[in-house]
Amino acid sequence: MTHLLLRHRDIPDIGKMDVYQKNGGFEAFEKAVTRMKPQEVTDVVKASGLRGRGGAGFPTGVKWSFIPKNIWPHYVVANADESEPGTFKDREIMENNPLQFLEGVAITSYAVGANAAYVYLRGEFWPVATLLDEKIAEMEKAGYLGEKIFGTDFSLRIYTHLGAGAYICGEETALIESIEGKRGQPRIRPPFPAVYGLYGKPTVINNVETLTNVPLIVERGADCYKSLGTADSAGVKIFSLSGRVNQPGNYELPFGTTFRELIYHYGGGVMDDRPVKAIMPAGASSSFIVADDKALDTPMDYASVRTLGADLGSASVIVIDDTVSLEWVISKTIRFFKHESCGKCTPCREGCYWMMHLIERIGNGEKTKENIELLYSVAKQMQNKCLCPLGEFSTMAVVTGIERFPQDFSVKRNNAEVLR
Amino acid sequence: MLAEKYPEEVKKILLRYPPEQKRSAVMPLLYLAQRDEGFVNKAALEDIARTLDITSTEVAEIVGFYTLYHDEKEGKYRMQVCTDMPCALRGADKFLEELCANLGVKVGETTADGMITVEAVTCLAACDKAPMFQIQSGEGIEYHENMTVDKTMELVEALRKTGKGVKE
Repeated sequence: MTHLLLRHRDIPDIGKMDVYQKNGGFEAFEKAVTRMKPQEVTDVVKASGLRGRGGAGFPTGVKWSFIPKNIWPHYVVANADESEPGTFKDREIMENNPLQFLEGVAITSYAVGANAAYVYLRGEFWPVATLLDEKIAEMEKAGYLGEKIFGTDFSLRIYTHLGAGAYICGEETALIESIEGKRGQPRIRPPFPAVYGLYGKPTVINNVETLTNVPLIVERGADCYKSLGTADSAGVKIFSLSGRVNQPGNYELPFGTTFRELIYHYGGGVMDDRPVKAIMPAGASSSFIVADDKALDTPMDYASVRTLGADLGSASVIVIDDTVSLEWVISKTIRFFKHESCGKCTPCREGCYWMMHLIERIGNGEKTKENIELLYSVAKQMQNKCLCPLGEFSTMAVVTGIERFPQDFSVKRNNAEVLR
Repeated sequence: MLAEKYPEEVKKILLRYPPEQKRSAVMPLLYLAQRDEGFVNKAALEDIARTLDITSTEVAEIVGFYTLYHDEKEGKYRMQVCTDMPCALRGADKFLEELCANLGVKVGETTADGMITVEAVTCLAACDKAPMFQIQSGEGIEYHENMTVDKTMELVEALRKTGKGVKE
């Protein structure tokens, strides 16, 4: 299948301006600005069924339509903070097909009436930001950015902003705080960013992959886009495959591809031909899926994955085989969330701290029934009490690990079996 | 003073944000302040605070909150190895352990020549290319992916010789 997002895999120099233009680049942007009203652009994106690719899966066009028309200016922010363990798709897009992504930012800005857009990249993507700055300069030179674009009254500037190492800044209100020059801590919602976002103004925040879909939809129409994927999950998705597989990497596939196809056909199977034991479909913040035959044959779309007691989220599929103890896995996820908790709300700050203590105790040989029950109870008590999703995320692996893989938390189990 | 040392950069950074929102420039200015020594000293904190009309405490809290800003001098290059779960499933913990043994340091320590500080960090969005690390110096960050201890030691030697970042 021809790639629609990872187009560099078919056209190696698609990141260059002339190659991108020759392959239809900026035609969708020109069509939108010169022949469509902003509302029509929003409508086509709404009709396409595009849902946010950052993890939440919220309908993109609906998100845009929340922007009020009586408060100005409006802003567009591209979320390029990609920090979820297991997720590495946005970086590949930006490094290799940056113009399609930036065209998506530009079309989105036109649709919601923004004259300034910020691309918020995690600080580690420093070289990517340098590349995007170059591409933005090329777009300005070619007349795609600046004043009176395509001879109309629409003007737009795009700026990059580098974060500095904080997972929490992927949460949209924390990201806004970070651009404003403050600690990246989430705001209490409502008000939502659509009404009170960057600098207190209406703001649309979309993930890099989401925005990279936008030119396709404007160019080919909603029906064409909807013909890919499944009824509730339209289009293609980049699945980031990692963990104990032979060929980890990004795979752009239609929604509805099964876990088995991803792992065995595309991912080349499991290392040392071991059986798959557990799957985390949405990175470290996922619930564990018990990888039986039914699960492996489940199509990867938002609704189907939910029947397995998990969310597809950002589609960052981490494969865990039978050589790995889930006790070890959750010691890693807890360590991550403990490190990344921003400290603003008590359940997350204290909860992660205590989960860390308990899993360390358990790992150090105090694997008593009491410690395991206490760990489970702390995680359960955090649920539905945290200010933002980070706190909730930290509990998912802990709760589902203990519930669905009790044998890995059995007090009789020998610690030497735990993978190092 | 940053504005005297890097007048063009400071001007360009401030132009990225609305004039009444110049506090937004605190993060890029901190990267600039870190360029020479790899950490932000107290004078730079106060300088940035004056430039942006905020308090030096407000600047210091940014340095404290984000992991890529440093307030102490360490090795010239910070070798930040991802040991998060997806990388660890592909051998990152073992890689880090062997690397430390080869460099003769523990995690968090700096080599005797002051060149390399080894750190264990959380996810760097390169889970399919583990073992991997990034090198942070005052000038920026670069990724090194699909690494082995041998390849890393060669890189370390090159860094020691040239004093510059080397891409594989």
